[in-house]
Amino acid sequence: MARIEAEVGKPQGGFMKWIDDRFPFTKTMKQHATEYYASKNFNWWYIFGVLATVVLVIQLVTGIFLTMNYKPSAADAFASVEYIMRDVEWGWLIRYMHSTGASFFFVVVYLHMFRAMLYGSYKKPRELIWIIGMLIFFVLMAEGFAGYLLPWGQMSYWGAQVIISLFGAIPGIGDALVEFIRGDYSISDITLNRFFALHVIVLPLLLIGLVFVHIVALHHVGSNNPDGIEIKEHKGPDGIPLDGVPFHPHHTSKDLIGIIVFLMIFFGVVFFAPEMGGLFLEHANFEPANMTATPEHIAPVWYYTPYYAILRAVPSKLWGFVLFAIAVVLPLFLPWLDRCRVRSIRYRGWMYKTALTIFVISFIALGWLGLQPAEGIYVRAAQFFSVLYFLFFILMPYYTTIDKTKPVPDRVT
Amino acid sequence: MDKPKILLTVTAVAALLFAGQGYTAGSSVELEPADIDPDNVASLQRGARNFMNYCSGCHSAEYVRYNTIGKHLELSEEQLIDNLMFNAEKTFETIQSAMPAADAARWYGTAPPDLSLMARSKGSDYIFNFLKSFYVDPTSPTGVDNTVLAGTSMPHVLWELQGFQKAIFSEHTEGEVTTEVFEGFETLVPGSMDAEDYDEFVRDTVNFLAFISEPIRSDRRVIGTWVMIYLLVFLVIAIMLKKQIWKDVK
Repeated sequence: MARIEAEVGKPQGGFMKWIDDRFPFTKTMKQHATEYYASKNFNWWYIFGVLATVVLVIQLVTGIFLTMNYKPSAADAFASVEYIMRDVEWGWLIRYMHSTGASFFFVVVYLHMFRAMLYGSYKKPRELIWIIGMLIFFVLMAEGFAGYLLPWGQMSYWGAQVIISLFGAIPGIGDALVEFIRGDYSISDITLNRFFALHVIVLPLLLIGLVFVHIVALHHVGSNNPDGIEIKEHKGPDGIPLDGVPFHPHHTSKDLIGIIVFLMIFFGVVFFAPEMGGLFLEHANFEPANMTATPEHIAPVWYYTPYYAILRAVPSKLWGFVLFAIAVVLPLFLPWLDRCRVRSIRYRGWMYKTALTIFVISFIALGWLGLQPAEGIYVRAAQFFSVLYFLFFILMPYYTTIDKTKPVPDRVT
Repeated sequence: MDKPKILLTVTAVAALLFAGQGYTAGSSVELEPADIDPDNVASLQRGARNFMNYCSGCHSAEYVRYNTIGKHLELSEEQLIDNLMFNAEKTFETIQSAMPAADAARWYGTAPPDLSLMARSKGSDYIFNFLKSFYVDPTSPTGVDNTVLAGTSMPHVLWELQGFQKAIFSEHTEGEVTTEVFEGFETLVPGSMDAEDYDEFVRDTVNFLAFISEPIRSDRRVIGTWVMIYLLVFLVIAIMLKKQIWKDVK
């Protein structure tokens, strides 16, 4: 009798079984970590997805601590940031991590997108992963833009002024739209408050949701690899891809190295060059917003400047805005613009290699030109590189069709 | 690696490095480097003295607390109270100017700006050159103008030390446009300091302004070095761990 009682009261299989009967913990861990197989031949281009997640976590955690001391009002915002920098314990570190994190978010995301272009990661069956990724990029741009207003410095104010007024170029609804975004006749306390709401609630929620869906879609079809071949097509008798290794512990241990190297660069900037010579924290932003004095040179933060250069390269305000919008959205269509039969650049012909090289040079050149004043030779150069930027996409269906490809091996190299 | 791949890698790396390319707010005059030494506590202490004696009468530094200065410049509470705090009672107070901003705006046309962040918004070199570049201009209400910031409302507060100088301009005519090009200064009335001592005086002051614009600057570099060492050790362990885990993968 006593023995039966003991058995009834004792959970069969321990704590994990108790959990697994109620929540698919072990199953999920297997499916997404210990038995999620990714190609063994990943190179370092494959680190940037993980790094983007690391930066997202840095931004979320430091952001939470910043909101504890930041005051979203035109009267107090600037002073509250200085209060964080000077009087809050470790506030300077939290703030520098957040401001540096914003720039590094774009560094890793741009490199992550470039990786997809190197190895054709957006091609079938990964089109949705790419599209979700592009949506993440759009939200990230909005998030960075909203966040940049919050310190309420001169560049926050005038940068936002310039960018928001762009919407005024839209015929008919332009002026009403600008007023709707600002919530006022100029950028004011009201604008600051709503941007704060967008920056700390709406956009981060969207971002987290999209990142989750991005990873779900990735794990459904499996990761691409530098050879651009499907490792699932060659499975061993146990049903495991022959060229795959489990995400955990193999890829996680490799990623850890990448994360540490990244943190060394990241903290190198945080501790030794947080302003990054005026690129990450612009000089004019150390002056409080003043609606009666325009800074002598208004430039958006570096991560928007490639698109900003395109916008300024067009003499007409409306068409500048249109081309700017198209330039941002165009990569969304890569999966259908690219007609090449092979995915990876390793087996593509000289045409795509040349086109991609020109594209990268154009993008960097546009980024640099966007920081320069819009005059003379800078505008001419921006026009030149804008044309190259668009040609990369517009001509893609053509040159990827006729480009001569090399034979793709069966197994990863 | 084949050539296009190298090219791609190079351009991608360039994209990363591109983020490191500095760009600073432009100024039309060429600026002589201020050459300040943020770790020189004696220079910072002299700068604090200069600031409180010559700047704080008109300029506030409203984000800077006296005890922050004391902590980083190795000054005791008594030293702060006796030597620096002219119009403050407690060491946690911030540096307020004695001059009401509204009156100042009426007197000078514009209120003297707060100096808490001046070194970060304008740069140390800018302030260093600005303080050295006042010249006599009888048409100006203050009797002086400045080559770094033309039409400045600020009088030459340091004239006793530097003396008065005049600016030599040469005229260049191209078509119908005549431009004045600054050639150099010439001393009119010598001050109590020679040029070298005055440079040193201004340098100390600018050093202090740079310090109050980011009091944590020296500390963050020290902490950063330890963070780097920690990450380096962590990196070695992570590499060993990865090798162990991957040893069977062919």
